[in-house]
Amino acid sequence: MKAPVAWLFIGAFLAVCATFLVAPTAMLAIQAVTGEDGFTLAYIETLGQYRYRVAFEHSLYLSLASATAGVVAGGLVAFAVLKPGAPAWLRSLVTSFSAVAANFAGVPLAFAFISTLGTLGLLTMLLKRIGLDLYDMGFSLFSITGLTLTYSYFQIPLMVIIITPAIAALRPSWREAAEILGATPGQYWRHVGLPVLAPSLIAAWILLFGNAFSAYATAYALTSGNIGLVTTEISAVLSGNVAADPQIGAALSVGMIVVMVTVLAISTAMTRRASRWTARS
Amino acid sequence: MSGAGANRMGPGGWTTLILAGVYFVVPLAMTAAFSLWEGGSTYGFEAYRLLLASADLPDALLLSMELALATVAALLLLLVPAMIFMNLYAPGLRPLFEFIATLPFVVPAIALVAGLTALFTGPEWLIGTPFYLVIPYFFLALPFAYRSLDVGLRAIDLTTLTEAGQSLGAGMGQIIRMVILPSLRAALVGSTLLTLAVVMGEFTFANVLLFRTFAVYMNQMGQHEATAAAALAVVSFLITWAAMLGVLIAGRGQTSIPGGH
Amino acid sequence: MATVEVNRVSKSFAGRQVLADLSLTMGEGELVCLLGPSGCGKTTLLRIIAGFIPPESGRVLVAGKDVTALSPSARRMGMVFQAYSLFPNMTALDNVRFGPRVAGRPKSEQIARAGQLLDLVGLSEHADKYPHQLSGGQQQRVALARALAVQPQVLLLDEPLSALDAKVRVQLREEIRRIQRETGVTTVLVTHDQEEALSISDRVAVMNEGRLLQVASPSTIYREPSCGFVARFIGSGAVLRGVAEGHSVRVANLALPASAAAAHVHGAAVEMFIRPENVRLQPMNGQLPPGAVGVEVRERTFLGSLTRIRLTLPGTDDQFSLWADLASEQAEAFIPGSRVVAQWDEAAPRVMPDADAGLRNG
Repeated sequence: MKAPVAWLFIGAFLAVCATFLVAPTAMLAIQAVTGEDGFTLAYIETLGQYRYRVAFEHSLYLSLASATAGVVAGGLVAFAVLKPGAPAWLRSLVTSFSAVAANFAGVPLAFAFISTLGTLGLLTMLLKRIGLDLYDMGFSLFSITGLTLTYSYFQIPLMVIIITPAIAALRPSWREAAEILGATPGQYWRHVGLPVLAPSLIAAWILLFGNAFSAYATAYALTSGNIGLVTTEISAVLSGNVAADPQIGAALSVGMIVVMVTVLAISTAMTRRASRWTARS
Repeated sequence: MSGAGANRMGPGGWTTLILAGVYFVVPLAMTAAFSLWEGGSTYGFEAYRLLLASADLPDALLLSMELALATVAALLLLLVPAMIFMNLYAPGLRPLFEFIATLPFVVPAIALVAGLTALFTGPEWLIGTPFYLVIPYFFLALPFAYRSLDVGLRAIDLTTLTEAGQSLGAGMGQIIRMVILPSLRAALVGSTLLTLAVVMGEFTFANVLLFRTFAVYMNQMGQHEATAAAALAVVSFLITWAAMLGVLIAGRGQTSIPGGH
Repeated sequence: MATVEVNRVSKSFAGRQVLADLSLTMGEGELVCLLGPSGCGKTTLLRIIAGFIPPESGRVLVAGKDVTALSPSARRMGMVFQAYSLFPNMTALDNVRFGPRVAGRPKSEQIARAGQLLDLVGLSEHADKYPHQLSGGQQQRVALARALAVQPQVLLLDEPLSALDAKVRVQLREEIRRIQRETGVTTVLVTHDQEEALSISDRVAVMNEGRLLQVASPSTIYREPSCGFVARFIGSGAVLRGVAEGHSVRVANLALPASAAAAHVHGAAVEMFIRPENVRLQPMNGQLPPGAVGVEVRERTFLGSLTRIRLTLPGTDDQFSLWADLASEQAEAFIPGSRVVAQWDEAAPRVMPDADAGLRNG
């Protein structure tokens, strides 16, 4: 086999990516600023309307909250499981369960939470019987809080999977060196543990943020579109459920891409700062 | 003895794990219990019987499985050879490949659907068939398939293997078939199973583009048959579990298991 | 600076006894090496002194004060680990000032102290480099400076040179000795390298299977090993099992001259130990001189200025070997396969009771 065959394969792959990934993205950008009379910023301006502003606020809040909850809770779980004193069976149980739960999302996850914490969910009923009416207390599964709780179900295990190698790479001798130099556990974490983990934590957070930001199925099945998120708004435009121009869908999509690029750029800058001591910089 | 205490699972560690355990087990247990509820105080497998009896389920399930297999085939035919040849002949293209692999992460699935609908309004043979979904699914699976293959390719020192093969008189085709692909086995099996799991559960594209896949069917079911939906959730959890078990066994610790939706 | 006293310490892991009722005292400013094969318990002992592992029984005293119940951070000790223990996110200077920093010393003092110590280990120019920009030897120098920055009462070194290549190892061990003398800090060094232990310590403590076999100065350890294990582990030489018979040891029907055998009961099972530098060789011409042994040359190993020759006792089926070190140009005369005459000063061999004899015969 000669190099020309190789170029054929490379070329085919790049052509498919250009046609079905790059071109549609570019198309969105063009469509978002093209009206009947050519160039217009009208559609971008509609993003400022109450309905879409709220959708962006919801999406951002949900992504921030569930990514942060995932990073903190998942980090603590991974840390607890990786202690040398933790039994081996516990470690494999958590690893394999995390692999499943991180990929258990969308419609089935929504149903699991409806069965549990919905208005007629089993846990809701059980708690009501002992005099604890969650919905009277202001909780609703079909709110941003409820969505955050549900999203955490795949965010936490995803964090466990991503951060485990980084935590496992913390050398016991760093901890021991800090300890014998007189540092408290708190000082060890503040000066050594967390700074060393920082690049991995930032990378994990951004992945979790993107994961929540682009999630659609879970929210759709849970709220049937009652809570406006950017993803559900785009789907409403696309499926013609609301009377809106397709350009608004494009503008919303471009908005999402801008958010993702911004978050990615900030995190890259932060990672660069946090990892100036590593071999790469 | 704080020295030894740092290594032991203290009460803090156990509290964390027990709280996490409750959070993760309760919804599953409740869903399982709910799926067995037949109204009042009777419990049984009625919901599961209803599922099996449903005329539409086999079609939806079959469609999802066909799509999953088609997506895997696309990844194997397009991505795998392109990555091997890029590493061998055009390492200068690596940044471009890295960029493409990050792109689906920056462009959310729903935005890609919007872009595809805006760009392609025909021809009917392309956008009218459910296999149109293979295109977005390919990009959905691309980031983690790329990552997993990249790890596998870096681990085997492609150039040395190829030169060793050539010095023994093997042609490029033989080298790929007999040397490179077998050493990528773990990465290939891992990304295949993950692709299967992701495509089987994928809802965004199918729902917006109006194709009745397994996830779409499950959602419709849930709108009017609550217990059947719970039963489906349980079944779906078990399917995911089986797929991940396959990854773990195939990977034997070599393949990382990414998540993503 | 302080004395360190390990008092009847025992420790087991998962039912296996790692340290058995072990006691050891180190004087002020002394450098003691814990030497032994891997798994002998030397690292466990060091970690018990540091406070990372609690002993099952026994006590650790520093300057006469019982520190057994204190955490590592309260013991005022400095420790250098095998390798890669520098905090990767801090420069050399920040690593060295970590101890004073967590102790809340003023920043100017931290930096001044760290600067002095980097100077002491010869790395002032690399103060702003991160660990990954330093060589393995430089990293260990920084680790040493970091350990000294807390002005420790005791310095603990856990195989600090084992990850370095041979040349750097020799250089750095001399430097550790110099710095230890300058600072006068009581030091415990764990190593499995006998050459390192002999060259650097005031005293060497040889350990095996959780016990101390001998604690003595390097020259005593080398010349007067207390038992066959120490003899085999330190330097090189032949340990021959036999029976004490007056001023000789009988090994396989040959009477080997050894005046020290007289100290043992006639007929007692003993081990005779003789170093290669004590064995002289002559070509065989006719009669064996009195006190000489006829041996066969087996193989020669060129070591530079010396050549080491392996010899076997005749009629023993290769079971009993001894070695002789000869100047290389002389060694050429002794061809493998030839019979030669071996001789040594009657006072040279050590004769020790054979500790395993009871086991073998019973």
